[in-house]
Amino acid sequence: MVRKKKIIEPVLKNQLTQEISYSISPLGDSALIIDFGNVIDEQINKLVHSVFFQLQNEPIPGMIEAIPAYSSLTIFYDVFVARNNMTDKVEPVFDLISDRLKKYIATENLETGDPELLIDIPVCYDKEYGIDLGFISSQNNISVEEIIHLHSSVTYRVYMLGFLPGFAYMGLVDEKISSPRKQQPAAVEPGSVGIAGRQTGVYPFKSPGGWQIIGRTPLKLFDKEKVNPVLFKPGDNVKFHSITKDEFEDTKSRNA
Amino acid sequence: MSLKILKAGMLDSIQDMGRFGYQQFGINPTGCMDRYAAAIANCLVCNDLNEAVIEIHFPGPAILFEQKTIIAITGADFNATINGNNVPIYHPLIINKNETLQFQSPKNKSRCYLAINGGIKLDRWLSSYSTNLKAEAGGFNGRKLIKDDVIELNNMIESFDLKEEPFKILPWQANENFEPTSSEEFLVIEGSEWRWIDKQSQEKFLKNPFYISHNSDRMGYRLASEPLNLIEKMELVSSGVSFGTIQLLPDGQLIVLMADHQTTGGYPRLGNIISTHLPKLAQMKAGDNINFKFTDHQTAEAVLIKQQQHLQQLQIACKLRFENYTHEFRKENH
Repeated sequence: MVRKKKIIEPVLKNQLTQEISYSISPLGDSALIIDFGNVIDEQINKLVHSVFFQLQNEPIPGMIEAIPAYSSLTIFYDVFVARNNMTDKVEPVFDLISDRLKKYIATENLETGDPELLIDIPVCYDKEYGIDLGFISSQNNISVEEIIHLHSSVTYRVYMLGFLPGFAYMGLVDEKISSPRKQQPAAVEPGSVGIAGRQTGVYPFKSPGGWQIIGRTPLKLFDKEKVNPVLFKPGDNVKFHSITKDEFEDTKSRNA
Repeated sequence: MSLKILKAGMLDSIQDMGRFGYQQFGINPTGCMDRYAAAIANCLVCNDLNEAVIEIHFPGPAILFEQKTIIAITGADFNATINGNNVPIYHPLIINKNETLQFQSPKNKSRCYLAINGGIKLDRWLSSYSTNLKAEAGGFNGRKLIKDDVIELNNMIESFDLKEEPFKILPWQANENFEPTSSEEFLVIEGSEWRWIDKQSQEKFLKNPFYISHNSDRMGYRLASEPLNLIEKMELVSSGVSFGTIQLLPDGQLIVLMADHQTTGGYPRLGNIISTHLPKLAQMKAGDNINFKFTDHQTAEAVLIKQQQHLQQLQIACKLRFENYTHEFRKENH
């Protein structure tokens, strides 16, 4: 695996094509969601990450953690701690946290906190692993070689992680290989690389999954012994490259 | 100092109040289902509220204590016995070396919590003791407890000599609830996609009972009732969810996310059960029915703060009782 640093790309508000609009809604009594519009859009996602990184650096009193997703940021807070740490006596705590967040989003020149990394993932696109290559090939009227070429020639963005520990939602795949989810989820092996709509992702664990599987990586995507057990983080860049079955077995045995 | 699992239960795992700070990586919090009962168990044995406990389902385990210690059992009443003698829940208990704790029959509720004075001697994984069964990490070897597991315990907070005598029930106890609650009514804060369902469905949500189906576990409770409908077919891009989030599945049925829920989801979120009602839900069983009623933040936060204050007071009271007890005990034995 090659991990190399890339130039930091600050996201400026004026780079956004449209005016920022968002809504804040509760997720129960101890969390809330800032929603920037139910879309998969790179600029919106960069904005989500900007607010996320800024909150990591300067957390609001009582904040526990945040989950950046495609176009939303969920913030978890401790009502008791937030209430005891805030000087302004606004009730309920939900309103107080919401007000603070509105100020964050209004801040000019939100920047990404960490340098974005380019992560290189070897994938064996052999039919033994890419069990749904045939389906996409016939559905989209495209050769298997072309699917592999298109999937491995784009640099993807990690929009978010979720579903399973370490499962990264990446995109966007070329429209020519975009593919619907399966009607019924099937058992998926760890390391399987899948496509759903214009998203792509890698399963870190054996799991039921509904994505169309096109290959498998020999890399371990989750290692509980590591300080950071997860390979990806929100905002990373990822590129896949094709390897042979022999190379797959070789890397696999070295990583075991 | 350790305990040994002589016989495994259906699902016994080490949990605390959950693993937070890693949801951005898809690592779900897990933790106790009934956090309130677990906190009380820790209060009773003079631990920090977030100390690791063993969450037990019925049929429960048989646990041999290889050292004298103080324990407490809270949550469900599974008719616990020590060496065959009945012991009460919500009391601190002194258990002696080579005595065995067992659970005879399920009297009520679904999950019970075993806390041990000083806590369980384990390394935290990502700052928590909770077992993440999916990631096979945290807790005891990342899995449920099985026969012949030997679990090391920390030293007791305050050790005092006790003559070799059988177990002892200490003469103070905690209440199960901090205020009277209706058993079936669950207060809910409106969710971000509430307006995605039609008027009749909104009425059904607030009026109809929902049955907890057998397909329910630590990840989520599937509810069965008249199906609810979206106004129009809309897709939600994946977004954060929480313990207590009520999602609408494509078949019109609901699921309430529980302790082992995923970090994100793509189903419409109709509402969220308030934090202080989650322990009650965690103790319900398949076949029980529940009702939803909307509430606001003022109400939800007020109860949450009241519950926290209650736990803090209980913690202080338990420490005082224990200190007095050991003081008296020493006087008698000198």
